[in-house]
Amino acid sequence: MEQLLQQVLSGLATGAVYASLALALVMIHQATESVNFAQGEMAMFSTYIAWMFVQAGVPFWIAFVLTVAISFLGGVLIERVLIRPVESAPVLSQVIVFIGLLVIFNSTAGWIFTYTVQEFPSPFGDTPLFGDMITSSELGVIGVTLVVLALLYVFFRFTPLGFAMRAAAQNPESARLVGIRVGWMLAIGWGLAAAVGAVAGIMVAPVLFLDPNMMSGVLLYAFAAALLGGISSPGGAVVGGLVVGVLENLVGTYLIPTELKLTVALAVIIIILVVKPSGLFGTALIKRV
Amino acid sequence: MVETSETASASLAGSRTAGLSAAGWRRLGVLAAIVAAVILPWLVSDYRTFQFTLAMIYAVALLGLNLLTGYNGQISLGHGAFFAIGGYTAAILIHRWGVPYYLTIPPAGLLSFVIGVLFGLPALRLEGLYLALVTLSMAVATPQFLKYFDSWSGGSQGIILTKPAAPAFFPVGTDRWLYYLSLAVLILAFWAGRNLLRSRTGRALIAIRDHPISATAMGVNTALYKTTAFGVSALLTGIAGALAALATAFVAPDSFSPFLSISFIVGSVVGGIATISGAVFGGIFIQFVPNIANDISDAAPWAIYGLFLLGFMYLMPKGIAGTLGEGLRRLASARAASAEAARDPAQ
Repeated sequence: MEQLLQQVLSGLATGAVYASLALALVMIHQATESVNFAQGEMAMFSTYIAWMFVQAGVPFWIAFVLTVAISFLGGVLIERVLIRPVESAPVLSQVIVFIGLLVIFNSTAGWIFTYTVQEFPSPFGDTPLFGDMITSSELGVIGVTLVVLALLYVFFRFTPLGFAMRAAAQNPESARLVGIRVGWMLAIGWGLAAAVGAVAGIMVAPVLFLDPNMMSGVLLYAFAAALLGGISSPGGAVVGGLVVGVLENLVGTYLIPTELKLTVALAVIIIILVVKPSGLFGTALIKRV
Repeated sequence: MVETSETASASLAGSRTAGLSAAGWRRLGVLAAIVAAVILPWLVSDYRTFQFTLAMIYAVALLGLNLLTGYNGQISLGHGAFFAIGGYTAAILIHRWGVPYYLTIPPAGLLSFVIGVLFGLPALRLEGLYLALVTLSMAVATPQFLKYFDSWSGGSQGIILTKPAAPAFFPVGTDRWLYYLSLAVLILAFWAGRNLLRSRTGRALIAIRDHPISATAMGVNTALYKTTAFGVSALLTGIAGALAALATAFVAPDSFSPFLSISFIVGSVVGGIATISGAVFGGIFIQFVPNIANDISDAAPWAIYGLFLLGFMYLMPKGIAGTLGEGLRRLASARAASAEAARDPAQ
């Protein structure tokens, strides 16, 4: 029983990371109707930026803030320069652009930082808490994720800019008519997604260690989490992330050999989706003919 | 309606007076491509011949993906799995039971078809991104599965085969024989694919992609056609997988990584997703562009590959075949228009 609780809690910690990245995916999906497959690699690149700061002797939390800010600007820049030209291209062409971005980030990171696996410091230490139930780093990850979520909630719910972004995503034409600059709202959305991704990367790096391929598995889980929660629902993405994290941990501990862990975790998610095709919290799309 | 018939008669007149119609140009292009493909292995080295063999094999696989994703609108990011099924079927049949290599291609296709149909059933409930996730998961699971069932698959070591020798009646050497074998399969697959798409079935597939509800209302059995599309698509990709196993004389889990599936969708879209000829351009792209990228930069070849992808999508968002087709149509109608003007100067 104690082991079960321990596994659930540590699953929640990884789940919190999946939730953050899933949230980044949902944010871009709401505005563009497509999934940014490069989100994970962008987060990986951000994490390397944080690592460079830490290596240069910058205190952890200052490096954290700097990285998030740089990632935000990077995200805005990518939207303006690289995504804009394919804004009205077919969805599959956009997917190919995302795949292009993915390999560019991955390869460039390998080129600049080499493929050697690096250790990444955890700001929360690794002391066991509450009678060995959870480690301080796991608790820290969950805490930071919750703070990010709360900030995003407040931003989209109570600030004029947040309103404008939601309007631009929901109804671009009408938003433009009331004077919202839809293109820039999209760019800010990309920036925010990149910033949230950076937080996810920095949080997961002490566990997974830092290397250019660290995010491929995380992205898949985040994608699964976003869809499990219902891609149209940010809250659902968070719940989805936590569910996927716990599920992954329990399946790996109790059911099957680790070689098939990923396969079985995905199979479970697929079964849920086949039963409930628009996700746990998504609204089924009703089409008018 | 009036406009269309006018353009049609104009292009007819054009074909009589000022060269060929768009369809005529296309037919000429296909003929030239076949002739060039037959001559090619005598002009280049054995290694290049092998590379072109692989490009053609990829083209067959991409044709399968185009059928499913381009014409039927069901996205698959996991076609590497069917490629693996074909490849391993061929390899296991040869390695375990000593089946002659040419007899392994039909069962490889058949097994892929069956698994494709079975996979198409749950896929009926999923659309768009959800289907993308499920198929991507299939791509991720493939190497894990192959490694896990190692008594059949040879584990991570894979199965090593010998390259089939050319038959006595056609003594051209191993590489050229594999090339012509793949070319024959390619031509057969494309001929069958074209006929399929021009038939009642093809129209049903496209109708389901463009408007599923109207298609159902007109009596198209959506579920039947969608699962069939999955099956036929898997069949073509499975045949390509078997050919690839013969050509490389080797199968291993790591040759069927998720990256292979991603390459397939890249090749499909860059070549032209809802076209038949696009599969050939796509096959050439995924076979040769990584090498070119490697020649340009040793340090970060995939960054160069990524730039190629961005460049192609900016310049040709509809893919190579889509852009070429548009160009041909424009050329033909421009010629027709000038012929019209020449015949009737008063206009």
